Amino acid sequence: MNDAQMIQTDVGSALSPEELSEIDAELAHVPYKSGAAIDALKIVQAKRGWISDQSLQAIAKYLDMSAEELEGIATFYNLIYRRPVGKKVILFCDSVSCWICGCDGIKQKITDVLGVDYGETTEDDAYTLIPVPCLGACDRAPVMMVGDDLHTHLDEAKIDALFPDKNKKAGGSS
Amino acid sequence: MEKVLTRNIGPDLQPTDLKAYEANGGYQGLRKALAESSPKDCLDVISAANLRGRGGAGFPTGMKWSFVPMGDKCTPGHKYLVCNADEMEPGAFKDRLLMEYDPHQLIEGMILSAYTIGADISYIFIRGEYVVAIQRLRDALTECYAAGYLGDNILGSGFSLNMYIHPSAGRYICGEETALINALEGKRANPRAKPPFPQVSGLWGRPTIVNNVETLCNISHIIDRGADWFKTLGVGEDSGTKMFGVSGRVKNPGCWELPMGTPIRHILEDRAGGMQDGLQLKGFLPGGGSTDFLTPDHLDLAMDYNVIGKAGSRMGTGTMIILDDQTCPVGMVLNLIRFFAHESCGFCTPCRDGLPWTRQVLEDIESGRGRAEDLDTLAYQVSYIGAMGNTHCALAPGAMEPLQSALKYFRDDFDRHISGGSCPYHSHTRQGA
Repeated sequence: MNDAQMIQTDVGSALSPEELSEIDAELAHVPYKSGAAIDALKIVQAKRGWISDQSLQAIAKYLDMSAEELEGIATFYNLIYRRPVGKKVILFCDSVSCWICGCDGIKQKITDVLGVDYGETTEDDAYTLIPVPCLGACDRAPVMMVGDDLHTHLDEAKIDALFPDKNKKAGGSS
Repeated sequence: MEKVLTRNIGPDLQPTDLKAYEANGGYQGLRKALAESSPKDCLDVISAANLRGRGGAGFPTGMKWSFVPMGDKCTPGHKYLVCNADEMEPGAFKDRLLMEYDPHQLIEGMILSAYTIGADISYIFIRGEYVVAIQRLRDALTECYAAGYLGDNILGSGFSLNMYIHPSAGRYICGEETALINALEGKRANPRAKPPFPQVSGLWGRPTIVNNVETLCNISHIIDRGADWFKTLGVGEDSGTKMFGVSGRVKNPGCWELPMGTPIRHILEDRAGGMQDGLQLKGFLPGGGSTDFLTPDHLDLAMDYNVIGKAGSRMGTGTMIILDDQTCPVGMVLNLIRFFAHESCGFCTPCRDGLPWTRQVLEDIESGRGRAEDLDTLAYQVSYIGAMGNTHCALAPGAMEPLQSALKYFRDDFDRHISGGSCPYHSHTRQGA
């Protein structure tokens, strides 16, 4: 790596050469730097799990944007995380078809098993539970994503099977 | 019926790679068109075929493309073709299928569309949660560059096109084409004022066409086989086939390619297998979460844009959401309004503040705290927020569609919540407010 490529910010964070090279690839087909703002946020988040204040400032500086402007973008999009998340994010669909097919009960089951509500992370940092707009798998409702994996036709037994070690600790279920 | 969009999608659901796609006639339409047809020829075929946008609005695709400045009328610079693969309409799950199992069909359609409008750069704007589709499209793009279907001087035609995949960072509003363009530019996805329309001033201020996945998947077939062939596929007023879907508590929820104009009864009873045992059909949203309810009285209508429009709803995405007689209609509308209130971009006041207000009124009714005058409030909100022109874009008017029709068809249910002081459905469903 080339030290000159490291972008030092006033809060001591930096973008790695790998992150910079991926951001540069996006910059190649946008007419001005801030055009790659969302791509850059996603690239950094993919490496670090979330966008810290330090990461945000480093990206903003690299893209010649104000941190405030980038913050407005980062907080607009639901798949950009401005708080730390667990190793896997659970995107739980609570939209209409899943609701008709009983997702409220499944959500309660997850909360019972993992001990977390929406927006919360399990104590062991394994999972963060977040609601998501319709996942486009309505014929297989109720559905959710755990990390990159789609899980369909959810029922309480499937939740138990997905989180076996968690379930031992849980007291009961709905 | 002849399978067109799903001809490479068998019951075993194996993804189609380049070799399999070519073996079934894939990229023959592209080869033929680049060798024999001008962009004007292609536009004429699409216009004559009466292809209407499959994303929800049903706008004629040929007319949409005809507004793109061509030749001397266009200032020098890039033109863009963008595929709207941001499938987030509640209840819609058709584009996922087309992209996961036949990515080359979309790409061939996009290359021909770009050729027609003179675009040299194209984007697939796809929701970030579609990780399988993103990977298969990436693999397909790699195959296309290696085979000479993308890049410089495609198949020796002199036409050049680069294609990029933009996995979105979320938000339903990105499905609105000018909001999508802002997202592609790295900004917050607030819709833009129109005019100027994207055909003239879109991505980076340049002429841009945004089309839905299913619309673009039709293009190569129409250009290859002609407008007359395409028109014969429909059994009603509209041309072609359509991906129709059914979700909710039916026996066999799913998505099927059927002739445009197929009767609703056939889709619901023969394909989706009818209602699950013990349940009756109470109503349905014919084309996703932002379309008006229809009722069992409408089962014999044809799924055509104008027929569904005359019945007071919209065909939308063609993916139906079924309301059964043991699911609370107020709760279902509340779920939808919660979604739309959450997904408002916040730019204009009637949407940003009006939808949470509507949600609050519905929460009161659903939880038994409703008052008789709440129904007048809802009627006012429908008339004000639902009127085009009072809001910056179509999100909030779309949100009002299921509400206004629920008030029309299921008024008794609203009244029972208010007079009884509780949700009458909760005793026999699992769903909370």
